Amino acid sequence: MKKSVILGALTVAGLLAGAAGAATLDDVKARGKLNCGINTGLVGFAAPDANGEWSGFDVAYCRALAGAVLGDPSAIEFVSLTGKTRFTALASGEIDALSRNTTWTLTRDVDLKFTFVGVNYYDGQGFMVPKALGVTSAKELDGATVCIQTGTTTELNLADFFRTNNISYEPVPIETNAEAQQQFLAGACDVYTTDASGLAATRATFENPGDYAILPEIISKEPLGPLVRHGDDGWADIARWTLNALIAAEELGVTSANIDEMAAAPTSNPEINRLLGTEGNMGEMLGLPADWAVKAIKAGGNYGEIFEKYIGETTPVGLARGLNAQWTNGGLMYAPPFR
Amino acid sequence: MSNLSYVRTEMLGEQSPPGTAIGIVGWLRANLFSNWLNTILTLVSLVFIYQVFAAILPWLIHSSWTANSLQECRAQVDAAYGMAAEGGCWAVIRERYLQLVFGFYPSELYWRPILAFGLTLVALAPILFTALPRKMLWLSPFAPFVVPWLLWGGTVWVPLLVVAGLGLAYVVTRVLSSHVSGLLAVPVAALVAILWWLYAVMPVNDAVTAMIANQRIPDVSADMRDKVEILPGEIAALDAQIAALGQTVGRAEAEKDALVSALEAAETEAARTAVLSAIHELRGPRDALAALEKQRLVRNEELSRARTLLAGLEALPENRTTRETLLAQLANATGAARGDLEARLATVDNRIASVVKEVGRVGLIPVESRRFGGFMLSITIGLVAITASLPIGVMLALGRQSDLLILRAICVGFIEFIRGVPLITLLFVASVLLNYFLPPGTSFDIILRVMIMVTLFASAYMAEVIRGGLAALPKGQYEAADALGLDYWKAQRLIIMPQALKISIPGIVSTFIGVFKDTTLVSIIGLLDPLGLSNAIRANTAWNGIVWELYGFIALMFFVFCFSMSRYSMYLERKLRTGHR
Repeated sequence: MKKSVILGALTVAGLLAGAAGAATLDDVKARGKLNCGINTGLVGFAAPDANGEWSGFDVAYCRALAGAVLGDPSAIEFVSLTGKTRFTALASGEIDALSRNTTWTLTRDVDLKFTFVGVNYYDGQGFMVPKALGVTSAKELDGATVCIQTGTTTELNLADFFRTNNISYEPVPIETNAEAQQQFLAGACDVYTTDASGLAATRATFENPGDYAILPEIISKEPLGPLVRHGDDGWADIARWTLNALIAAEELGVTSANIDEMAAAPTSNPEINRLLGTEGNMGEMLGLPADWAVKAIKAGGNYGEIFEKYIGETTPVGLARGLNAQWTNGGLMYAPPFR
Repeated sequence: MSNLSYVRTEMLGEQSPPGTAIGIVGWLRANLFSNWLNTILTLVSLVFIYQVFAAILPWLIHSSWTANSLQECRAQVDAAYGMAAEGGCWAVIRERYLQLVFGFYPSELYWRPILAFGLTLVALAPILFTALPRKMLWLSPFAPFVVPWLLWGGTVWVPLLVVAGLGLAYVVTRVLSSHVSGLLAVPVAALVAILWWLYAVMPVNDAVTAMIANQRIPDVSADMRDKVEILPGEIAALDAQIAALGQTVGRAEAEKDALVSALEAAETEAARTAVLSAIHELRGPRDALAALEKQRLVRNEELSRARTLLAGLEALPENRTTRETLLAQLANATGAARGDLEARLATVDNRIASVVKEVGRVGLIPVESRRFGGFMLSITIGLVAITASLPIGVMLALGRQSDLLILRAICVGFIEFIRGVPLITLLFVASVLLNYFLPPGTSFDIILRVMIMVTLFASAYMAEVIRGGLAALPKGQYEAADALGLDYWKAQRLIIMPQALKISIPGIVSTFIGVFKDTTLVSIIGLLDPLGLSNAIRANTAWNGIVWELYGFIALMFFVFCFSMSRYSMYLERKLRTGHR
């Protein structure tokens, strides 16, 4: 009985959301601002500076989308959301797009009625240990105490991993990443496990980062990407191809430094011309101005530039491209053709 | 013989007490070392206090105030106090205290929350302190209308029209009670006021705004066109300045980093002073850079606003003709086509309305709720909940003791339901469930929703506290009120409530303090109260890993507020101590 009530409410909500999302593009244009859902704070992905301006890897996608749709990367209203409030905010129309390190899963895509428009970061769960422990592989962690955030998929992944390898562990449940750092540094647990990007960011803050090692095993697939509501395919297309434009721009060598020059007149590469709107009418098909991709790329650079600026190896987060390199460099970033 | 006396004839002079019973020694003996148990306890406590201070004081003293990241804090502490020193990184508070206080409120508008806070204090002062001139009370009723307007901005007409609704209700009461019947006057007046607020305030406001907008459109268009022309140049100039200064700062930063690694490699006096002076010299350019970036941010937002408004203004004639055609088509459309036309009409109406609202606004720039944060958010929610929960709580407590069956059932049901549910559940209902049940597109402000929920929660607890006060009154007081011929409300106002409230003061203030502290729970639904903000600040790569300094600052601020409330309650108790105790 209780379940049917909830399901009924969700169905109604789904229908309403569908009705609300019928013309997201029109709504955004009339409002003159894009409402973009982001994290309340995650190192490298979303954080406010002293002036209250948000920046980060996930935020950069929002800015690119605002650039594509409104021609102005600052015409944006950021809505900071927790893991619990993010989906209702999107379903109810409070935000137009969600770019908040959200893992693409079947239930979220199908049951919660969202459309993932692509993957902007391939993450996976890893382990961090003090070097003094002398462990080089996660399979040697038999009997270890593990700090783990409760109520997340990482908890389930961890149980699976230890069970398949037939070794035991003792969980130390914690609530937030900040708490985990303190517990781990204080020696309350031997191992800290969370997404590999989070581990790298956490290790960077330690007083002696060299004393800690991130183990080579990655035990889960966490494809993170932006998403929109079901029911407005036109808007989903815009969100999807904005992401693709950023990725394609890197592949084609279009950067924030040379884009003005390349967009000024048709180049010798027809795909660049189609992307930048100097040839063809791709903007028109999307319902956007011809230079939509130019504005999107100028907002923060192409995918590679964004990566290097916020989470790349020169930043304190210090992540290598790895799986997130272009497919031409052995990674998984592969934008469909602009044709 | 006779001059022999066995009794002293004169008194001995007063001697000073023994050295061990006076002064510090005496106090120590009496209070700390009076017997062996106390001596042991004193010694143990002394050791404990020494340990605590030995751990905390160096950390407090060996602190860094000027660095711009946690890493630099560590380098600065190392350089100043030796490689083994551990020190607090208070630089994060120096950089972010404004953010912790105001959240994301636009910095050029900080005067508004400050003024609103000041006004609230002035309005509350005569209520809290009876020694103040009673005439100040006349200001207090206006605060609830002026303060929200200051905080959220918008047209000046809305608060005026809301106040006018009260005036209207007053006039209706007077007219009805003198010409028709006093019994009818109050409900009718309330109904008139509610109808006025629901159905007249916004239309009148819109009409006035539209009228002003029509006159202003040419001026504003020209103005916006100027802005759109001038601002990009200014921003480009700022960009150039920032780039130039950025390079200088970047070079200095690189030099500083080199010095820091040199210090880490070999700890010499020269290396230490070099690092310290490098960080010290960086401070000026860094602040200049931050100021320039802030200017650029403000200009960018202004430009973005101007562009949106200009685009809307330019599309206005076209939108108006579209609207006319759509209305004409709608007149003879049916079925599915009608729905489609209505949707298009709504979009066009929306666009026209947003432009008109912006152009015709007389008043303050609107600030959206999601920009509220930090202590401003806690104080706003806390003050509303505190001031509203007391009267609601009194009403609920009286309702629960009432002889009217339905009224009592409603009050008991409400109190028990709200008290039986954790505050977090109510907050989730406010932020998540209401979203599902409200029609899409309704922007029922999230902070307003949270305020209502926290107020309801506090009211339920307040009702029980006050019921405790009512129950403590001897039955004779009620009978005395009846014997004097007072009706129910007069008895409550003159005899019951003054005594019941006096008894419940400690409980009431405890509830107030509890509610104020509970406002930190809103970080769970994504509102950036001080605790939520501390998380956001830690998400910045510069400050990731900072815990104690942020929590310490927040705790200190909360302590200041809660301690003042507690002191006020004690003052009130002393002042009202009229019983024969």
